[in-house]
Amino acid sequence: MKRTHLLIWQIAVAVVIFVVWYAVATWPIVGDPKKIQFFFSTPTAVIVRVYEFFATGVIWKHLWITLTETILAFVIGSLAGIAVGFWLARQPRIAAILDPYVKMANALPRVVLAPIFMLWFGLGIWSKVALGVTLVFFIVFFAVYQGVKEVSPTILANARMLGMNDRQLLRHVYWPSALSWMFSSLHASVGFALVGAVVGEYMGSAAGLGYLIHEAESTFDVTGVFAGMAVLSAFVIFIDWIVTLVEHRLLAWRPQAGERAT
Amino acid sequence: MVLEGQVEGPAGIIGMQTKNGGEGAAVELRDIEVSFGEGALRFVAVSNVDLAVRAGEFVAIVGPTGCGKSTLLNVIGGLLKPSAGVAVVEGSPVAGISKSCGYLFQADALMPWKTALANVAVALEIAGETKARAEARAREFLARVGLSRFADRYPHQLSGGQKKRVALAQMLIRNPRILLMDEPFGPLDAQTRVLMGDLLLSLWQQDRKAVLFVTHDLDEAIALSDRVVVMSAGPQSRIIAEHRIDLPRPRQTAEIRLDTSFHALQKAIWNDLRAEVMRAYGDEFAAIAGAGA
Repeated sequence: MKRTHLLIWQIAVAVVIFVVWYAVATWPIVGDPKKIQFFFSTPTAVIVRVYEFFATGVIWKHLWITLTETILAFVIGSLAGIAVGFWLARQPRIAAILDPYVKMANALPRVVLAPIFMLWFGLGIWSKVALGVTLVFFIVFFAVYQGVKEVSPTILANARMLGMNDRQLLRHVYWPSALSWMFSSLHASVGFALVGAVVGEYMGSAAGLGYLIHEAESTFDVTGVFAGMAVLSAFVIFIDWIVTLVEHRLLAWRPQAGERAT
Repeated sequence: MVLEGQVEGPAGIIGMQTKNGGEGAAVELRDIEVSFGEGALRFVAVSNVDLAVRAGEFVAIVGPTGCGKSTLLNVIGGLLKPSAGVAVVEGSPVAGISKSCGYLFQADALMPWKTALANVAVALEIAGETKARAEARAREFLARVGLSRFADRYPHQLSGGQKKRVALAQMLIRNPRILLMDEPFGPLDAQTRVLMGDLLLSLWQQDRKAVLFVTHDLDEAIALSDRVVVMSAGPQSRIIAEHRIDLPRPRQTAEIRLDTSFHALQKAIWNDLRAEVMRAYGDEFAAIAGAGA
């Protein structure tokens, strides 16, 4: 399918959803429109609310807070994941000892940690960052660990025959391999940084997109909830787009799916 | 395996002096045995291997699959420690990676995250050359293997033959005196193999390095080498025959195959090899062999 055709169809899906939503919330097609408006609001009201968010400028503060938390969680979690992943991959004995604990920590649903982090780090951004870090860390850690472990033995033998010492092997072979694995999980780790931030805000905070949605929910302001979700989704897609751009730059050496020289 | 760099002990220096005064072998294997595993699981890949390669000599090693041909190259290169015997490279016993050896692997060995140019240049950069000079030299070597236009491609954007030529340039740029080649053209199609063989010979003709070329392709072995060494089927494989190849040089590998003496050599070596190939496959092909006879 051509790009423009694809776009037309994608827009058509949104139009259909809006039309159906608008119809059932305006006319008695599947039930009392008043009831449906209470539970689902109306598309026009949501659009107006989103417009107000930006027109009055209240949204910028919340977006900024969520973005800051996401970036901090991503950076701290990634650095820790790279460091520990590299270290354990090069120390198989310690890795074997710590193995069950790593698995246990990773198996824990992070939401249960949110109240504890609030106790430790307060209601400000750091409790949300901590939650994001616990999510990002494991994704990056496993990717880097795998990347160091799964360097092709032939590439390694060849590099040694070329005369590389341990430090040069680290720089020219292990490090790029580990990074490539980390970058391939970039979408997941950035996504989880955002999830950590929003869930943390939702559990208790004074600002951020999670806070905005939670506030609307607690006053049965369904329009506010939907407007908050709309902004959040657009924000996620925007971040994902940035990640894709970064990925294309960093992984230029990788074959794209389906691309193969013969 | 030993990770540390080559140790130039006093024994090595003395050894080099005596060797240079003697026959001047580039590589010498003395009673080499290589085994993997321990106890009941111990598997002896090669045993009692004695082999000497003179400087400038092109030696091909042929043998059935799994006979430990590559194992010998790994011992010479210093990637693998023999369980018995000594490997001597240019007069000194192998300890750690043999710096004077270049190694061309069968599988892809290029770093996929580096361009063709960077893959070749890195071989000089790690030896302390500046990036600019390493890249200038790398461009020269890429030109020698006919890949000037592909310098900025990543390995996945190159064909199998092109990747091999980059690997060849990467190996040669360090100017190693001994080349170890482990079925380097094995994964390539028949026509590309012929072209690669000719390229290899034309490069080799310029400075005549010592070459150990492992292959299971008898024709390739005869077309390229000065001497063909035949190994027996594993385990405990050893050298069972040697044949001198007196075909004139410089050679064109496709044309040399039509030479009458080529056929005589082919026949003679195949006679030695045949039984070993059958042995390597056990009774899998017994029925066919019986039907043929």
